[in-house]
Amino acid sequence: MQLIFEKSRAGRRAINFDALDVPEAKLAPELCRANAAALPEVGELDVVRHFTHLSQRNVGIDDTFYPLGSCTMKYNPKIAEVVAAMPGMAKLHPHQSSSAAYAGTVQGAYALIHELEAMLAEIAGMKAASIQPIAGAHGELTGALLMAAYHRDKGNTHKDTVIVPDSAHGTNPASAVMAGFKVVEVPSDSDGTLHVDKFQAVMNDRVAGVMLTCPNTHGLFESNVARIAELAHEVDALLYYDGANLNAIVGQCRPGDLGFDVMHYNLHKTFATPHGMGGPGCGPVGVGERLLPYLPGPRVVHHDGIYSLETPEKSIGRIAAFFGNFLIAVRAYAYMRFYGDEGLRDVSRVAVLNANYIHARLKHAFKPAFGKPFMHECVFTAQPQAEKGVRAMDFAKALLDRGYHAPTVYFPLTVKECLMIEPTETESKETLDAFCDTMLELARLAEECPEILQQAPITTPVGRLDEVKAAKDLNCACL
Amino acid sequence: MDPEKLWYTEDHEWIGEVNSVYAVGITQHAQEALGDITFVELPELEREVAAQEETAVVESVKAASDVYAPVSGRVVQVNSELETRPELVNQDPYGKGWFYKLADVITDDLNELMSADEYRAYLAKLEE
Repeated sequence: MQLIFEKSRAGRRAINFDALDVPEAKLAPELCRANAAALPEVGELDVVRHFTHLSQRNVGIDDTFYPLGSCTMKYNPKIAEVVAAMPGMAKLHPHQSSSAAYAGTVQGAYALIHELEAMLAEIAGMKAASIQPIAGAHGELTGALLMAAYHRDKGNTHKDTVIVPDSAHGTNPASAVMAGFKVVEVPSDSDGTLHVDKFQAVMNDRVAGVMLTCPNTHGLFESNVARIAELAHEVDALLYYDGANLNAIVGQCRPGDLGFDVMHYNLHKTFATPHGMGGPGCGPVGVGERLLPYLPGPRVVHHDGIYSLETPEKSIGRIAAFFGNFLIAVRAYAYMRFYGDEGLRDVSRVAVLNANYIHARLKHAFKPAFGKPFMHECVFTAQPQAEKGVRAMDFAKALLDRGYHAPTVYFPLTVKECLMIEPTETESKETLDAFCDTMLELARLAEECPEILQQAPITTPVGRLDEVKAAKDLNCACL
Repeated sequence: MDPEKLWYTEDHEWIGEVNSVYAVGITQHAQEALGDITFVELPELEREVAAQEETAVVESVKAASDVYAPVSGRVVQVNSELETRPELVNQDPYGKGWFYKLADVITDDLNELMSADEYRAYLAKLEE
C-alpha cells in the first residue's frame, strides 16, 4: 500500500478556496515558516480511498476476539452509542448553562452527572466520585493530587513517599511522581501477590500513600489487602485503589469496604466506553470520608429539585475543562442502566469464569505463571517453549495468522516470556473454545514444526516487523 | 572487565575498578532479560550520586528500566558511544557496554554489594 505522500501530485487538490474577497493581511515574518509544509497534494477520492483502505486493515473488538490482557478490550454495546448520539446529549454546548435563556436546558445533563457519580461511589463503597478526569492515568494523577492535598492540609510535611508494588498497574509510579512523591517499589511474592512482611519492610512514617491494583496485573486478588490497609492507616498513609481491574469485582466486593481511601475508575474497562488510547476517555476518581473535602470542583449538587454547581472550599480545583469528556460518561451511564444491579454482577462473574475456563483448557500445554486461581485474566509463561526456540512473541504472531488479536506478551515484567490472556465477559463458549483449540494447536506446532511460528505472520499485510529498527530508527515523513 | 572481579547489586548492576575510578554497567542476566536494547540515557558529568539513586535509563523492545548507582560517588566519565550504539550493552555488557565511571567512591561501600559468587547464588535463587 502506498503512503498518501507517494500518491501526491503537484497541484492536485481536494478543495478549492473561493477567491479572496477581503484585503490581504500580511503576517509578521517571524510568524511565517521558511518552507511550505510538506503536505500531500491529493484529490478527494484519493483521500477517501486511502483512509478507507487503512480502516480495512484495522483490527478491533468488532472484528475479532481481542484477548489483550491488562487492557480489557471489552465489547461496547451499541445502545450506549445511541444514547450518546441523542441530540439532547450530543448537541449540548459547554457554555449553555451560562446563558440565562438556556440555563434550564442543562438540568438533564447535571442530573446524569449527579446520578452517575452517586452510582460510581455506591459500586465502589466510596463517599463520592468526580467524572472530571479525562483518562485513567489522569484519574490516577488526580487521586495522587488528592492524597497530597490531604497531607498538606494536615501538616504532614514529612510524608513524601508512595509505595507501589511491582504488580501494580504500570502507570502508577509516574502518576505519583507527577504529584510530587518519591516512589518505592515493593516486590510481590513468588505466589504473585503482595506479602505483609515485604510490605512492612518498606513501610514507615514518611509514606503518604500506597497504590494497589486489585486484582493485580498478575490477575490475582491481593488477599492481604485488609492487613495492608491497617498498616497504612496506622501511619496515616492513604490507600489508593487503581481501578484498572475493577471489572473483576464489580458487585462482588467494594474497594471502600476493603479499606481503600481513594481510587479511579477506568470507565472503558469496567463500564464499556470506547477504549481511548489517547482520547477521548474518562477516568473518574472516587474518595472516602477523608478525601471528600478535596474533590475537584465544581461539583453538581442537588437542592430542592434543582441541580447547580458548587466548588468545595478545600477543593483541588478544576483538573479538566467543564466536566471532562461528558459524552463518555453518558455511555457509561447508559451501560450501567442497561445492565442494572444484577446484570453488572453477572458481568464480573462471567469475566472471571471466562478467564478461568481458558486457564483450565490451556494449563497442560502452557505453564501457568502462578499457582492460585485467577480472576479476570490468566497469565502463562512460555519459558519452557522459549528454551526450545519458540518464544511468547512467536505465539503472538502466529495468532495473527489465525485471525486473532494477540494476547499481551512480555508484560507484566515479573513473568518471563509472559502470555497474558483476558477474554472479558462478552465472549461465547464457542469463541473461547475456538481460541483455546488454536492455542493448543500452536503448542503442538511449537514442538513439531517450530518454524511455522518463528516465521509468522504470513497472512497479514506486512510480515514480521523489525522492532529494534522501529524503536531506533524512527523516520516520520511529516516531521 | 573480568566479571569475577566485579561487585554486584540485587538490581543487576555491576561495578568494578579501572585505574582508581569505578565503572558501572548492567549484568549479562539484565541484558538478556531486557532483550534488544534500543536506547540508553546516561547521567551528566560531575553529578554527585547517592547509592541506589536513579542514574541512567535503559530502554529495550520490551521495557524501560532505571539503572541505579551501586554506591555513592561522582560521575567522571560516561560511555557516550552507547547513545548511537546501545546494542553494545547486549553484545558486551562487561566491556564496551559500560555506562559511566564514578570517582570519590568509598571502598567500604563496596563490601555491601555481592561478589561474583554471591551474585550467581542470588540468580540461582531467583530462578527457583
